[in-house]
Amino acid sequence: MSPETLLGRSLLSVEYKTVSYITGPLVFVENVHGVAYNEMVALTLPDGSERSGQVLEVAGSTAVIQVFEGTRGIDVDVTRVRFLDEVAKIDVSPDLLGRVLNGTGKPIDGGAPVIPEQRLDITGSPINPYMREQPADFIETGISAIDGLSTLVRGQKLPIFSGSGLPANELAAQIIRQASVKSGEEFAIVFGAMGITHREAAYFMQQFESTGALERVVFFLNVADDPTVERLLTPKAALTVAEYLAFEKDMQVLVVLSDMTNYCEALREVSTAREEVPGRRGFPGYMYTDLSTIYERAGRIKGRKGSVTQLPILSMPDDDITHPIPDLTGYITEGQIVLSRHLHRRGVYPPIDVLPCLSRLMNLGIGEGKTREDHRAVANQMYAAYAQGRDLRRLVAIVGEEALSDTDRRYLHFADAFEKHIIGQGDTGRTIEETLSISWEIMSELPMAELKRVRDFIDKYHPTAGGQAEA
Amino acid sequence: MILGTLAKITGPVVVADGMTGIKMYDVVRVGLVGLMGEVIRLEGDLATIQVYEDTSGLKIGEPVESTDGPLMLELGPGLLSSIYDGIQRPLPVIAEQTASDFIARGTVVAALDHEKVWEFTPTVEVGQEVTGGDCIGTVPESATILHKVMVPPRMSGKVTKVISAGSYIVDEVLVVLDDKHEIRMSQWWPVREGRPYVRKLDPTTPFLTGMRILDTFFPIALGGNAIIPGGFGTGKTVTQQSLAKWADVDIIVYVGCGERGNEMTEVLTEFPELEDPRTGNPLMERTVLVANTSNMPVAAREASIYTGVTLAEYYRDMGYSVAMMADSTSRWGEALREVSGRLEEMPGEEGYPAYLATRLAAFYERSGRVRPLGSEDRVGSVTMVGAVSPPGGDMSEPMTQNSLRVTGAFWALDTSLAHRRHFPAISWTKSYTLFLGQVRTWYEGEVADDWAETRERAMFLLQKETELQEIVQLVGPDALPETEKIILEVARMLREDFLQQFAFDDVDAYCPPKKSYWLLKTILTFDEAATQAMSRGVSLRQILQLPLRDEIAKLKTTPHEEALARMQELSKEIADDIAGIEVL
Repeated sequence: MSPETLLGRSLLSVEYKTVSYITGPLVFVENVHGVAYNEMVALTLPDGSERSGQVLEVAGSTAVIQVFEGTRGIDVDVTRVRFLDEVAKIDVSPDLLGRVLNGTGKPIDGGAPVIPEQRLDITGSPINPYMREQPADFIETGISAIDGLSTLVRGQKLPIFSGSGLPANELAAQIIRQASVKSGEEFAIVFGAMGITHREAAYFMQQFESTGALERVVFFLNVADDPTVERLLTPKAALTVAEYLAFEKDMQVLVVLSDMTNYCEALREVSTAREEVPGRRGFPGYMYTDLSTIYERAGRIKGRKGSVTQLPILSMPDDDITHPIPDLTGYITEGQIVLSRHLHRRGVYPPIDVLPCLSRLMNLGIGEGKTREDHRAVANQMYAAYAQGRDLRRLVAIVGEEALSDTDRRYLHFADAFEKHIIGQGDTGRTIEETLSISWEIMSELPMAELKRVRDFIDKYHPTAGGQAEA
Repeated sequence: MILGTLAKITGPVVVADGMTGIKMYDVVRVGLVGLMGEVIRLEGDLATIQVYEDTSGLKIGEPVESTDGPLMLELGPGLLSSIYDGIQRPLPVIAEQTASDFIARGTVVAALDHEKVWEFTPTVEVGQEVTGGDCIGTVPESATILHKVMVPPRMSGKVTKVISAGSYIVDEVLVVLDDKHEIRMSQWWPVREGRPYVRKLDPTTPFLTGMRILDTFFPIALGGNAIIPGGFGTGKTVTQQSLAKWADVDIIVYVGCGERGNEMTEVLTEFPELEDPRTGNPLMERTVLVANTSNMPVAAREASIYTGVTLAEYYRDMGYSVAMMADSTSRWGEALREVSGRLEEMPGEEGYPAYLATRLAAFYERSGRVRPLGSEDRVGSVTMVGAVSPPGGDMSEPMTQNSLRVTGAFWALDTSLAHRRHFPAISWTKSYTLFLGQVRTWYEGEVADDWAETRERAMFLLQKETELQEIVQLVGPDALPETEKIILEVARMLREDFLQQFAFDDVDAYCPPKKSYWLLKTILTFDEAATQAMSRGVSLRQILQLPLRDEIAKLKTTPHEEALARMQELSKEIADDIAGIEVL
C-alpha cells in the first residue's frame, strides 16, 4: 500500500474500471456510487499516465466525466477512474505572484512547489450584491481613447473586442505596463491565457520581463495546443487567485483573460459532445449564465481594501459584434473597448473605434477630485463632434468637400485630427491632464458656437478663448 | 411529508426518486445541505426539480424532502426598502447570518423581520363581518405609506376577537374570526398565482415618468405595460432606473433579473440618498428591490420576476399605484430556455420553449388597474415596464416579438442614437403606444387643451426630418429649399432641446408634464413664427442669427417654476422678434 492511500481521503476512494463509452472529451463510467456533481476525477490510462476530469452529470449509477487533457489513449477496458471526493480546487498563496502555472493552476515554470495557504473552490460563490462597494477610483491606463472617453474604474469589467490580426495583445500589454491609480498602489496582475499561441504567450512573457512586472504577475498558461477542455478551468482558477489576493491580501488586482473566444469554443465543444440542444450558432443555451459566473467576479467589497478589475480580451469572429460571444459578453460587462480594422489598416495605433466603446462606470470615476472637473463635458463634446465628423465623411464621398459649409468642413478636419492625435497616440503613456489638454487643443479648431457641451469651461481651458480673456 | 432520494444531477436540474404524492411546483429541500428547489415535472414517482442554488457536490442517494407547498412569499410590513434575492431571502440578513461577503448555499432566512415591532391600529370591531381584502387595521410602514393589514383572500367570517391598538411583531394574532381563523400582520401567497381582485378597470390616468419623450410622445397609463428593448449600451438600465426614481407612483418594485452586480450596488447606493420629488422622503422608502444578478443561480432568476409581481400585487390590493420594473425579461426567458434544455424538451424558435409566449402573456396580464377585493371601494394598479435585451440588437427575436404581442407600448432603444450620445436613446420613429386614446382626456384637462395637436405637430416635424435627411444624404443640404431647411433646424431643436434629457443633471432628470408641454410649445412657436416670416421673404440666416435658440436650449436645465414663467414670456418674445425682422 502506498503511503498516499493511508491518508483518510484516498482510503475511502474506490477505483472503477467500468468505463463504458467515450466520445469527444467525455467518458461515461458505470456502476458508480456516491459520486457528487462537479466532483474531480483522476483517470489512470493503460500506459500508466494520469489525466484529470470533472463530473458533468450523474444519473443513477452512471457518471459522465469531462476529461481536461483530452481522451486520446483512454480505453474502456483497462483505464481506471478514481473519484477524488472534492470539487475543483486550487492551492493559493501570496507566493503565486511571479509564477507560471498551467491552465488548471499547477506550476510549470520549474520552480519550487507552492506551499498553499488555503485551498479554494474555483467555482467561487456570487458576491452578495448587498455587500458590494460601488467602484469609484479612476484607473489611468495612459491611453487617451480609454482615459478620456471610456474611463476604466477600479472594480470594473471592461472587455476588449478585437478581431483576428488586430493588436489587442499589444494594447493589453500596454495597459498592464501603464495602469496606475492616484493613490500610487501597484496592481497585481493575474493573467489567464486560454488557447493563445506560443508566440503570443512569449510576447506577454517578454513584456513582463522587460518591464520588471513579472514578480507581480500570476501567469496561467493554456496555449493553443494544450487540451481544449482544460481552458474551461483556466478563467475560474485565475479569478479564484485574484479574489484571494484582492479580498484576503488587500491587493489591487487586474485580471487579463485572453482569449475568451477560445473559452466559449471549448464550452461549445463539450456541449456538443453531450448532445445538448444548441442555441445560437451552436453555442449552448447556458452560455450567458456560464460567462456571467466569470465576468461577475469583479468588483469591490464593503470593508475590504482590495479590488478585482477585469480586462477580458475576445476576438469577434469576422469582426461581427452581434456574434453570440461579444453579444453576451457586452450584456454582462460594464462597457466595451472595440478595436477597428479600418483604423488599424490606416496605421493608427491603438486602433480604438471610440463610437461603439462605452464605459458604464465612467461617471463614477471622473470629475473634480478624481480626474478634472471638465472631463465629462469634454468627453461628451469630443464624442459628439467626432460622430458628426464621421457622418460628414460619408456625405463627402457623395457630394464632395466643396459642397460643405465652413462649419461642416471644420468638423471633417476635427475627425481627422481626433484620429491622429487622440486615438493614434502610439506606444506611449499620457496622463489624464495631457489627454484633456490635447482634447482642448483640437476642439479649439471648431467654431466657438459649436462647443455647446463644454460652454461652462471655455473660459478656463480653451487655449485661445482663455488667452483672450486674460488679454 | 414526502421524503425521496436523488437519482440524477445535471446542473441546476435534478431528478428525485420516491416522490409519490408530491404536486407540481411544490418546494423541496434537496440534499444534505438543504438546497431549495421546485418540482417542474412528474413522471411516476420521479420528480424533476429545478434547484435555486448551485448543485455542485450533491450526490446520488442524498435525501430530497418536500415542504408541502408551492413557492410562497411572506407579505407584511417591512417589505419596503428591503432588498431580496429571487426567492425573497433578504440579502443583508444573509450577509449578517453567514458572516460572509459571498452567498453561501442552503441559507434559510425569514423574509420579514420577526422581531421588529410595528404600531398597529385596528379598524374593525368584534361582531363585524369581514371578507377577503377587508382592512382590519393599519400600520405606518414609512412616512408616507400606510400599510393596510388585510384579511387574506378566500377568508371571511365574523370577528370574535380584536387586539387593542399597540406595538406588535408581525406574528402577533390581531383578529380571530368565528371559524377560528387567526389573522396576523403577515400573510403568505404563492408567487406563481396572481392575487385575486374584483374586476379590472379601464386605465385612464397616465403613468408619469418625468421623461419628456415618454410622457409626451409615448405615454402609458397606470396599470398599463411597456417594454424597452435595446442592444447593450443603449441605456436600458439607465432608463429603468430613471423610471424607478421619478415615476409618479406610490410604490416601486425593481427586479434586477440576471443583470450586473455593480448595477444593483448603484441602486443600493443611490436610492437612499435621493429624494422622492413629491414627498421629500428617501426614494428607498417606497422601493422594494429584488436582486438576482447574472451569476446567481438560474432557477432563482426564473422565479424572481414572479416574486416581484406578487409583491407589487400585494400593495396594489391596499389601493396603491405600484410600478414594477423588470431588468431584464430576456434573462428570465433565457433561464426558462436553459431549464427547458436540461429537461430535453423539444425546442421552439431559437431554442426557447414553445410555451414562452404563454408564460409571457400570463406574466404581463398581471399588470392592470383594478378594484381590489374587500368591501372598501379602493383602486390600485400595477404598471409594468420590462426591459428586453435582444441578442445582437435584433428585434425580430422571440422575446421581443412575443412581448410586443401582449404589451401596450414599445419604447425602442436605438443603437445609432446611443452612439451619437443622444440619451434617452428612445427612437421616435420605431416606438409606439396603444394608450394614447385613454390618457388623452387627462392631458387635455390637466395640461393644456391643445396637448394632442401640439404633440402631433411635433411628431410630424420629426417624421418629416427623417425623410428630408434621406434626401440630404444623397444630394447635400444645399439642395433643399429654405422652407425645408427650417424644418431641419426646428427638428434639430426638438431633438437637442426637447428629446435629449440628461439623467444625471439635477434639474433635467425629472421634467413635469406642464414643463414638457411648454417646452414643446415654445419650440413650435419658433417654427410657426419662422415659417411665417419666411413667407414674407425673410431669409433663414436672418432668423438663425437671433439669440433665441440659445435661450430655448437653456430652458430644460432651468428650474421648473422659473422655466415655466420664462417660457410664457419667451413665446411672446419669439413671435415679436421674428415678426420684427425686416426683409433685406
